[in-house]
Amino acid sequence: MAVLESSIHPIHSSEDVVRVRQITRERAVAQGFSLVDQTKIVTAASELARNTLEYGGGGEVTVEVLNDGMRKGVRLTFSDKGPGIVDLDLALKDGYTTGGGLGLGLSGARRLSNEFTIDSKPGEGTRVAITRWR
Amino acid sequence: MDKIPILRMGRFLLVTIQVDMHDRLALQLQDDLTERIVKDRAQGVLIDISSLEVVDSFIGRMISNIAAMASVLDARTVVVGMQPAVAITLVELGLSLTGVRTALNVDKGMALLREEVAEAGRA
Repeated sequence: MAVLESSIHPIHSSEDVVRVRQITRERAVAQGFSLVDQTKIVTAASELARNTLEYGGGGEVTVEVLNDGMRKGVRLTFSDKGPGIVDLDLALKDGYTTGGGLGLGLSGARRLSNEFTIDSKPGEGTRVAITRWR
Repeated sequence: MDKIPILRMGRFLLVTIQVDMHDRLALQLQDDLTERIVKDRAQGVLIDISSLEVVDSFIGRMISNIAAMASVLDARTVVVGMQPAVAITLVELGLSLTGVRTALNVDKGMALLREEVAEAGRA
């Protein structure tokens, strides 16, 4: 599998969240994603970017354009140095929120993606990676 | 600071969301709508999202809040113009807009509101 392109973008404000959506859209379009697939990955990106901002105290996202033989994909890795997640299973449950949100960010992003990984420990920040293939 | 314009259409209010909303703008909209529903004695709110290519849980929460607040003020809420890709994504995201009816466009949304208001009047 080849990473054709990789870029890192800061997430420290609502404007940055908007920018993350735009960049994700651009990469998805460039990889030839259908409109529905574009919408899914941009929506997942929006959820995770907001999480990084609101729970992680800000962070960054690495956007990678992937080619795996016939498959074309986009991978987004969100990372922050925030407080980390105490109970991952709980955090991944629909409706669970520690911040007054809808509790759909993590579980929703997972459903909207083909691949999803999460690393988080209290005091060690959080990394969430999602991949969508065309 | 930008504000989302709120238009009055008879007994109803129309809000068209076209920009990427950030927290302040969303909260401002909720406040402004509350004021206008009371001031204009509006019986319904139409939220036009036909320009939105992405509806995430933040926007979903804003819409649900607006519907809840309108309901407390005895007004109904209808969301119009949801793009198909958005509808498909919302289902997969698991976002259910409770207390919010949907319609294809503003005309149908107004017809729906008129029906709901008439029913409420008969009850």
